[in-house]
Amino acid sequence: MRLERRTDTSLALIATAPLAAIALALALGSILIGVAGVNPLGAYVHLIEGSLGSRLAITETLTRATPLILTGLAAAVAFRCKLWNIGGEGQFYVGALMTAWLGHSIVTGLPAPLAIAIIIVAGMFVGALLLAGPAILRLRFGVDEVVTTLLLNFVVILFVGLMIEGPMRDPLAFGWPRSIPVDGDLRLPDLVQRSRLHVGLLIACAAALLVWLVLARTRFGLESRAVGHNAKAAAFAGVALPKTVLGTAFLSGGLAGLAGVVEVLGVTGHVTTTLSPGYGYSGIVVAMLAALHPIGVVAAAVFVAMIFVGADAMARATGVPSFIADVILSVSLLSMLVALLFTTYRIRR
Amino acid sequence: MAETIDILTSASLWAAVLRIATPLIFGVLGALLCERSGVLNLGIEGIMTMGAMVGWLTVYLGADLWTGLLAAALSGAIFGLLHSGLTVSLGLSQHVSGLGITLFAASLSYYLYRLLVEVGDLPPTIEPFQALYIPGLSDLPFVGEVLFQQSAPTYLALLTVVVVAYVLARTPLGLAIRMTGENPHAVDAQGLDPLAIRYGAVMAGSALMAVGGAFLTMAAFNSFFPEMVQGRGWICIALVVFASWRPGKALLGALLFAFFDAFQLRLQTSVEGVPYQLFLMAPYLLSIAALILVARRAQVPEALMTPYRRGER
Repeated sequence: MRLERRTDTSLALIATAPLAAIALALALGSILIGVAGVNPLGAYVHLIEGSLGSRLAITETLTRATPLILTGLAAAVAFRCKLWNIGGEGQFYVGALMTAWLGHSIVTGLPAPLAIAIIIVAGMFVGALLLAGPAILRLRFGVDEVVTTLLLNFVVILFVGLMIEGPMRDPLAFGWPRSIPVDGDLRLPDLVQRSRLHVGLLIACAAALLVWLVLARTRFGLESRAVGHNAKAAAFAGVALPKTVLGTAFLSGGLAGLAGVVEVLGVTGHVTTTLSPGYGYSGIVVAMLAALHPIGVVAAAVFVAMIFVGADAMARATGVPSFIADVILSVSLLSMLVALLFTTYRIRR
Repeated sequence: MAETIDILTSASLWAAVLRIATPLIFGVLGALLCERSGVLNLGIEGIMTMGAMVGWLTVYLGADLWTGLLAAALSGAIFGLLHSGLTVSLGLSQHVSGLGITLFAASLSYYLYRLLVEVGDLPPTIEPFQALYIPGLSDLPFVGEVLFQQSAPTYLALLTVVVVAYVLARTPLGLAIRMTGENPHAVDAQGLDPLAIRYGAVMAGSALMAVGGAFLTMAAFNSFFPEMVQGRGWICIALVVFASWRPGKALLGALLFAFFDAFQLRLQTSVEGVPYQLFLMAPYLLSIAALILVARRAQVPEALMTPYRRGER
């Protein structure tokens, strides 16, 4: 038995891959739910109702999907270039921290749209810088960016803790460590009345479209993909390797930083060390389920958000531990890897 | 200054160094074994979590400590099998597969723990490995407290260093593993199966990682809680590079690292006015610094991260 490269891959095959992966993950999830002594079908009904069954459920799911679209894009952009950015979590937090800092002191008094624009640029910039460091270390010294970006996540979250217990501490939070809230004028408007869903969703979708255009239609996009495919061949063909990798790092880190900006301006208004329930890491799952396609990221992010929001509802209704959401998503990541393999290879005996 | 010297000359510091190094020694040896055969295993953080949970749970359910350790090793080997299947047989990206396994193993551990254990206000506990008492030796001043009052898994870790170093450097099996990491084609030409060697090395390595995790719940603490591995797995991945893929240097790296960790912990309590987060950042920043320092002259196994397919170049 051996694997043989397919000569052509139909679009239908690529579109089926995520569905097959998700089906497998749900099947394994149902075994684990069964082990908990709960009827899996009933549990999944709770999951779907909890994530799509009401106006509140839908807006909650989309609110949760918003940062996931952005961290998913961040992972997709980087992985396409084989830049292994596992630091989305840290980049998210520096973006959020920058927002909290600017939003309660520096840009107050400016007209809101201008102030928000400044915050977005600044938040994206610090996110980009945080990934540029590891990218430079890889280019210059050959240090594996997986480990450096990951270790920086721990450093950044400790730094956030330091800031919100120290200089940025909110004195009105009854001793609870969180940052001073951003100015009320700067909060992103709601998209749906009486819900948490905010304009950030549109920003995230616009970002997906923009990233897709950049990757599909510009020279940078082509070069970035070429480097991901075969760095040596790309360099031989005249692609400036450092420039492309660094550009990709800036784009990827900027997107993850933007996720932090949007989450603070849209949802919480302040920063805590629990602002992100692992958006940076879930972004990797989102990107893989989307087969690294920017538009696919939007759909994958909504799916991942559904699982998280729905699993909480399922946990409340049935008592199945909500950790099941992470189990289902990590299995769908692994099975998606295999499914993707079979879109490019077939088995020959 | 005087305080710093007091800390450095206290036996409790150096005893703590050995204790803190133990999970790292297991982890770094496990990662080293995988990488020497040509497979990067980023599943380590999750596999350590799984080992911590399985070892603890086995004892909690009534088995003795050594059975618990064995169960942990087995759980690690199973995830090693999964990682090998995906990366060795199917040739999938070792980066992504490893990350997927970290997410999977960690979330499965938390899920099963919540499911099987009744958790009240305080997490339930087990009777962990105790410090051994060796008549005569343990009573020696300083040396006795540092070297001869450790728990059994710490001695097992030191023994494992010797075994792994010996096997890799001096046995035909070790040669085969090293050659698979450098040039699987040559191994194939010798009539050995590089795929089988990679499976074996990854499973054995993952078992060691899981034992490292189990040390946390079965010797260092006596309960299991989420996020308890706290990046130790990632630090092990950094330490492998620091050690240039050599077991002896891996031990040295783990000890050096543990020294800084134990030292900062004690400094934290004696230095006032410095935010404690700065101390906690130190281990992570130190790992990055170590990576930069040695990256240039690192002797990376030639075939690391390249899947092997017979008849394909």
